[in-house]
Amino acid sequence: MSDVTETTANSQSGIAEFEEGLGDPVLRRRARIWQGIFWVAMLGFLAAAPFFLYPVFVMQLLCFALFAAAFNLLIGFTGLLSFGHAAFFGGAAYIAGHVLKVWGFPPILGILTGTLFAAALGWLVGSLAIRRQGIYFAMITLALAQIVYFFALQMPFTGGEDGLQGIPRGHLLGIFNLNDPLAMYYFVAAVFLVGFLVIYRIIHSPFGQVLQAIRENEPRALSLGYNVDRFKLLAFVLSAALAGLAGSTKALVFQFASLTDAHWQMSGEVILMTLLGGMGTIFGPVVGAFIVVALQHALSGIGSWVQVVIGGTFIACVLLFRRGVVGELARLLRINSL
Amino acid sequence: MSDIILEARNLTKSFGGFVAVNDVNLRIERGSIHAIIGPNGAGKTTMFNLLTKFHTPTSGSIRFNDTDITNRKPAEIANMGIVRSFQISAVFPHLTALENVRLALQRGLGVSYHFWRSQKMLSDLDAQAVARLDQVGLKSYAHTRAVELPYGRKRALEIATTLGLEPELMLLDEPTQGMGTEDVGAVTELISRVREGRTIVMVEHNLGVVAELADTITVLARGEVLAEGPYSEVSRNPQVMEAYMGVSAEEQEEEA
Repeated sequence: MSDVTETTANSQSGIAEFEEGLGDPVLRRRARIWQGIFWVAMLGFLAAAPFFLYPVFVMQLLCFALFAAAFNLLIGFTGLLSFGHAAFFGGAAYIAGHVLKVWGFPPILGILTGTLFAAALGWLVGSLAIRRQGIYFAMITLALAQIVYFFALQMPFTGGEDGLQGIPRGHLLGIFNLNDPLAMYYFVAAVFLVGFLVIYRIIHSPFGQVLQAIRENEPRALSLGYNVDRFKLLAFVLSAALAGLAGSTKALVFQFASLTDAHWQMSGEVILMTLLGGMGTIFGPVVGAFIVVALQHALSGIGSWVQVVIGGTFIACVLLFRRGVVGELARLLRINSL
Repeated sequence: MSDIILEARNLTKSFGGFVAVNDVNLRIERGSIHAIIGPNGAGKTTMFNLLTKFHTPTSGSIRFNDTDITNRKPAEIANMGIVRSFQISAVFPHLTALENVRLALQRGLGVSYHFWRSQKMLSDLDAQAVARLDQVGLKSYAHTRAVELPYGRKRALEIATTLGLEPELMLLDEPTQGMGTEDVGAVTELISRVREGRTIVMVEHNLGVVAELADTITVLARGEVLAEGPYSEVSRNPQVMEAYMGVSAEEQEEEA
């Protein structure tokens, strides 16, 4: 309404300048400071965690955090809801496990193989799914992920119901024995950090800008001359590859790949983590993954009731703070991105 | 090059049994502002979507600068210099005004698929983007997110973004829709300011705006061309007057 009066006063000069930009430099500086605080906290945690927490637990946290961050690249920054990300996570875990165990690949090469497999699978799934939008997109990804699950169950090399067991951790670069928990931990921390930095860069790249434009207003992005489908496909492949990186690493940590990793519930869990933490935020998926994994551990004594508690947490989150933990924090601090 | 920038020949579009646009011929003269008007359900929006390739015609052809674009995709024709706006303001709401405009400028750099590079390289475009914002009076809003801008300014931002592509042909879908009188005046003035060196096709309800801006007017009714010519001529056409007086209910349905 105030706009009308403003414009009346300035109607001679068209849509005239009126007030100064809304104190923006202050807000930007504040955003930078808070992002800095989160970076320091995260790096501090990564460095110190194994000294006061059980390393395998932290490694599990990091694998899921990376998985959720990869998923967030799609839902939070491109606006695509994939309901089949378990296929990339679990599929990569099986492939990495196989090449490590049977073909005797060194750890890094094994993880890379799993990641590349997930990228290729992502290209296949993505090129089919992006032909449709919204719920249909999600359903296509779910259906294709179920096919992958079926392969994981039936293929001879996967071990069926038993999973692929006894994956060797091996020696990193032939030097560091990864059976040493601390060496393994810092390797996983490094993988997480690299993956997270890659995602951070993608978000803050010229490509990331276009992705956000597509999320915000797809027809407009199209009318500006962007080939929306190609951008979506590339985003899908990148997200799938990073989910595969997380899955391969998890296979190395636990030394086995199981059907749970490829099950549709895993696809649901990663959505949950991302929403809890705050989709479209930088640190949200990490926080969300920590909350979910920590809850699962803390409540493991109550058996399948864990699902009820997590479900309840999810409902409370959606009803009370829809932007997720980090999203709400960013709002309280009045900053755009955290 | 001929003086006709865009030409539609025998353009027809039917949805199921309903013929929304029926055998329409349209010639847009280079450098002109050409308005398409008509009562509700006359097929204006369908026509507009056909010209911008958001719909594929059932039959007929469209030529832009003597090139057949009938089967091109929307992104392709945008790259050829045809850029459209939308009825509902088309901005990227959670990006700042500067980022909105930069998205149009970014295309020229050819780095849009470079996911491994920092967006800091885009700051080279900032000065140019601010200049575009200045052109539509939004300079001081450069760092405001589009969602926080009032409606009239959102439309101005949309025009600034469109101009960032340096389009040869701009297609505006009801640029003053849903605006108060003051904003309508401002947008009208803005369009007349940016028309230099371009051709503009607009669908518009507001006859005042049309009278002030348009060199040529095409009146559509029931999917067909009813009249064509300058405002002074068209406005005296008895058929046009009748079409504007009596609008039947079933015709309004198509608009929805």
